[in-house]
This record gives sequence, structure tokens and C-alpha cells, in this order.
Amino acid sequence: MPPREGIYGLMAEFNTPTELVEATEAARAAGYRRMECYTPYPVEEAAEALHFHETRVPLLCLLGGVMGVTTAFLMETWINVWGYPLNIAGRPLWSWPAFIIPAYEWTILFAGLSAAFGMIALNGLPQLYHPVLNAPNFRNGATTDKFFLCLEAHDPKFSIIETRAFLETFPAVSVVEVDH
Amino acid sequence: MATKEPIIDPNIDPATGEYSVIAPGHNFKSVTQKIAGIVLSSNTPLGWFFGLIVGGGVAMGVVVGITWLFLKGVGIWGVTIPGAWGFAIINFVWWIGIGHAGTLISAILLLFKQTWRNSINRFAEAMTIFAVVCAGTFPLIHVGRPWLAYWLFPYPNTMNVWPQFRSPLAWDVFAVSTYATISIVFWYIGMIPDFGTLRDRAVTPLARYGYGLLSLGWRGSTRHWIRYESASLLLAGLSTPLVLSVHTVISFDFAVASLAGWHTTIFPPYFVAGAVYSGFAMVLTLAIPIRKFYHMEDFVTLRHLDNMAKVMLATGGIVAYGYGMEVFMSWFSASHWEFFMMWNRMFGPMGWAYWILIATNIVIPLTSLWLRKLRVNVAWLFFISIVVNTGMWFERFVIVVTSLYRDYLPSSWGTYRATKWDYMIYVGTMGLFTLLFFLFIRLLPMIPMSEIKMMLPQTKVRKGHQNAEVVSQEAS
Repeated sequence: MPPREGIYGLMAEFNTPTELVEATEAARAAGYRRMECYTPYPVEEAAEALHFHETRVPLLCLLGGVMGVTTAFLMETWINVWGYPLNIAGRPLWSWPAFIIPAYEWTILFAGLSAAFGMIALNGLPQLYHPVLNAPNFRNGATTDKFFLCLEAHDPKFSIIETRAFLETFPAVSVVEVDH
Repeated sequence: MATKEPIIDPNIDPATGEYSVIAPGHNFKSVTQKIAGIVLSSNTPLGWFFGLIVGGGVAMGVVVGITWLFLKGVGIWGVTIPGAWGFAIINFVWWIGIGHAGTLISAILLLFKQTWRNSINRFAEAMTIFAVVCAGTFPLIHVGRPWLAYWLFPYPNTMNVWPQFRSPLAWDVFAVSTYATISIVFWYIGMIPDFGTLRDRAVTPLARYGYGLLSLGWRGSTRHWIRYESASLLLAGLSTPLVLSVHTVISFDFAVASLAGWHTTIFPPYFVAGAVYSGFAMVLTLAIPIRKFYHMEDFVTLRHLDNMAKVMLATGGIVAYGYGMEVFMSWFSASHWEFFMMWNRMFGPMGWAYWILIATNIVIPLTSLWLRKLRVNVAWLFFISIVVNTGMWFERFVIVVTSLYRDYLPSSWGTYRATKWDYMIYVGTMGLFTLLFFLFIRLLPMIPMSEIKMMLPQTKVRKGHQNAEVVSQEAS
């Protein structure tokens, strides 16, 4: 990424999730689009206020599961039929009912790893540096007991003076500038 | 029952007459301080060092036992023909079973929206992982040539030798390795937001750096939270069939063999229920001293203990049914061998083990846990948890040993006697488990902070400005 300078956005701090959600809805109604909420636990109403919907994690999980079952079943078939055929008490080489069990385990393994790592990747993590961590009050509250709304500077409607005035109409504890 | 008389205990919710899940009077800040404080405090309680040293000392049994085993071979154990499976398999099944309650709490109770489980979720999962570590040791050292244990996995090799997938022992490798992997991933994913909290609350640069790395830069963004919740739910949904399959596959190790006492269709459900039964007993064994020592009575309340005792009552009932059905089928099958196996199990030279098992798994817990008074009696529950864990170990002992040492052919009958090395490694794994657990409670958040916050009344978003003030007062 090219080095960035200047302002990342304006961050308002709230005491309760209700105030956060109301401010987010109002910001959306006022035409802001580039914004994000930061909360110490998941607040679904905030995601609704941001009009954020995500379906890619379950999709990745499904793909992982399909890949797992296919890989395991084909691997078992190749190994026990062609790679290393063994006569076990005269049973058929392609004993598919027995193959289901490892295939079942790998379905879960691949699906679970896809969901977990897919979530991390879609979230852009690990990302040890992020501008919001520069806000002086952010780390004291965002993962503990405070609720933040950040209106980002690359929003076309963003203006340091008007946006600050807009955020100050809400019962925010503080409104601070966040630098890159 | 409790609603009959006026309630004076502040921990009892007057609306339901049940103990509340979290003691009243907590807010976001106090929850964070209390839980993060244990990890971030520079004062380590002396009792913790004591526990670590005891655990570490006992864990030396594993080190010494395995060293001698690798030098001399499995002959130092009591395993021989006909009792070719002994302590190693008993302990493996016992430990894996203990782990199952952790996954049950973290996954199945999450899917059933049992939010009370949030308090005990993290350390139950930790218990799972450490139990799997202890369990996994046994098959690896039991293979005879442990330096070749990687042959169990299908990997391309110049010998052109591959695993044989019609064997339950190969299924075991897949089931247990998947279980270990998914449990660790689920546990870690669950801790990411808490690592973020610890990073932000850390006072020393080392802690800030360490937890900062572990948190992957978590900043509580709403978009992240939504994906995170989605992934957690999927992992829970995947862990549920996984945990049921693991002990099922382990029971196949026995059930697929054509040996009286092993070759029964009841094994899978009966193993899974027994696993959950012993696992909840282990959660109680751990939770009761920890909540006392770290003053966590506000988060692990009597409600949790009561609920866990109820789960034990239910799964213990299934186990009792399993025992009853085994006895019934040994008669109903009209098979001479089955009948003899059961007679031998009850009245043979090792009959004492069977009666210990019946007393500790059925008689003592299943008669007392019906009473609410005893379910919320911490000392009694602790006693019961030890009793049940003993009982479940004896169940595995009875299954493994009494079927093997007197099989179809009387001329090949023998006996089984564990040696001091068997005992040393077994007791050593308990020390290893304790050691890992003590490290866990000092270094990682043992109760999930973000999940506890979700259970507080302040969490609710109440639309409309008139309510906003009320909420802000509650939160401050």
C-alpha cells in the first residue's frame, strides 16, 4: 500500500450501544457511506445500521467441506484400489462404506479450517497496524466498554468541519481526529 | 421448588427461582478488569506456583516412564497375550472422553443458545485440548516403534506403503487428528477478541507485544465481528457432528472386533454418553477449585454447577441404560460366550472392578444428583466429580481387560496385571494435564470476556431517545 498521510477519519465515542446505533443510522441517512463501528462485543444492530451483509464465510466453509470430502474419498480410493491394494479377509478393494468415515472427518476438517482462516482472511487479519489504533481514547475503550463510530475521510461527503459538527449533535463522549 | 418460600439470596433471580447466570452488579468494565486482571497482574499467587510445581513434578512420571519405555520397549508394561491392550488404551479412551465435554459446552450448547455456557466455555475447551494431548500420547507410545508413528498418516513414501482404510484404527487417526486440530482452531478463534482486550489493557511492553501478536490486530470492527460470529457458529455446527463421531470411531475400535463384550451395536451411543458424563465431571473438578481460588463465583455461579450436574444426571442415565442393555443382551442373545463374558465380568477374578464401576458411575451419582440441594452443594459436587471420573476409568478398564483376558479358548486364558510403569505414565499424564492447566489460567483469559459482556443487561440496544438515558446510567 502507498504511504498515506493526513486524516483517516473522525471518531466519536459513545457510552452505550444504543447511542452508537442511533448515530450510525443517522450518519447513513445523512449520506455517509464510508464508516465503521467498533465495539467490545458483536452488536448486530450496528451491522444493520451500516447495511452490512456478509455471506462469503459460509460459502468458503461449504467449498472447504466439498473439497475435504472429495479429497479424502478419492485419496482412499486411489490408495486402496490402485496404490496399495491389499486383500483384507476377501473384502472388496473399493470398500466405500468404510471410506466414508475418514472422508467424513476430512469434510469437517477442511470446512472448519476454511471457515476459520477464511474469516481471518476476509477480515484482512493479521493487520497489526491500523489508523484507528492511533486515536488516543480508542485502545482504552474499544475492546473494553466503549462504542466507537468512525466516519472515514475518503467518504465523498466527508469534511472535517461539517462532519465534526454533525457528530457533535449526538451524545458522544468525545469526537477526535484519527491520523494515518 | 425454591419459589415456595420468600427468596432472600440475592443471587437467585426472583422471576424464575433459579440462580442467576452472572451475579448482579457487573458492568463491561468490571467484567474486563476482573478477568483480564488475573492474566495481567504482576502478582502471581503463591498457590499457583504450588499447583504448577505439583503438576510439573507429577508430570515427570511421563518423562521418566516414556524414556524407559523407549529404551526397553512395551515389555515393561503389563500388556501381554491375551491381554494385548491395557492401560495405554484405557487411558487413551478415558482422556479423549474427558475432552468431549469441552466441545459439547463450546459447540452444542452454543447451537442450543444456552448462554449460561459462556462462563465455562473457555476453560472447558482448554480442558479438551489438554485432555487430547494426554490422550494422544498413549497410542503413539503404544505402537511399539514410536519413531515410525508417522506411518499412520497417508503420505507418499519410497516404500510405496499406504494405510489401509478398512481398519477402525486408521479411522481413529483421522478422527483424533481432526478433533485436535478443530478444537485448537476453535479455541484460538474464540480468544482473538480477548487477546485484543489484553493487548489494550496490558501494562508491560512484553505483554502488549505478545498479546498484540496473538490478537492479529483485532480492533472490534463491526464488519469483523459479523464474519467472526458467522465463523464461530459454523465451527460450532461442525464441531457438533465431529465430537459425536470421535468417540463413535473410538468405540468402533472395540465394536468391530468379534470379541464377546466388544462386538455390540450399543457401543457408539454408550461411549459418547459416557464421554460427556466423565467430561462434565472433569469440568466440575476443575471449575470448583478455580472459582473458589480466583473468586470467580460471580461468573461461574451455582446455576452453572446446577446445570452441569443436570447434564451429568442425563448422560449418567444413558450410561446406566447401556450397562443394563449389555447385561440384558448377554442373556437375550442366547450366546454362551456372551453369557460367560458377563458372568466373568461380574463374578470372575476381576469382578471387583465391575462393582466399583457400578457403585461409582451409577449408585452414588445417580441417586444423589436428583436432589437440588445436593446439586448446588459445592463440596458434594466436587466429591461426585471425582467419583464419576474414577468410575469412568473403571468402565474402560472393565471393557478392555475383562473381555480380553478370558476369550473363547480356555487354554489361552491369562490375566492382566499393570506394572509400576503403567501407573507411572498414567499418573504422569494427570500431572501433565494439571501443569498445562495452570499455565493456561495464568497466561490466557480463562473466561471469555466478550461473551460474558453479551450476557449483561446493558448489551441490549433500545431504540428511542427516552430509553437511551436509562441505558447510559446502567452502563456507567
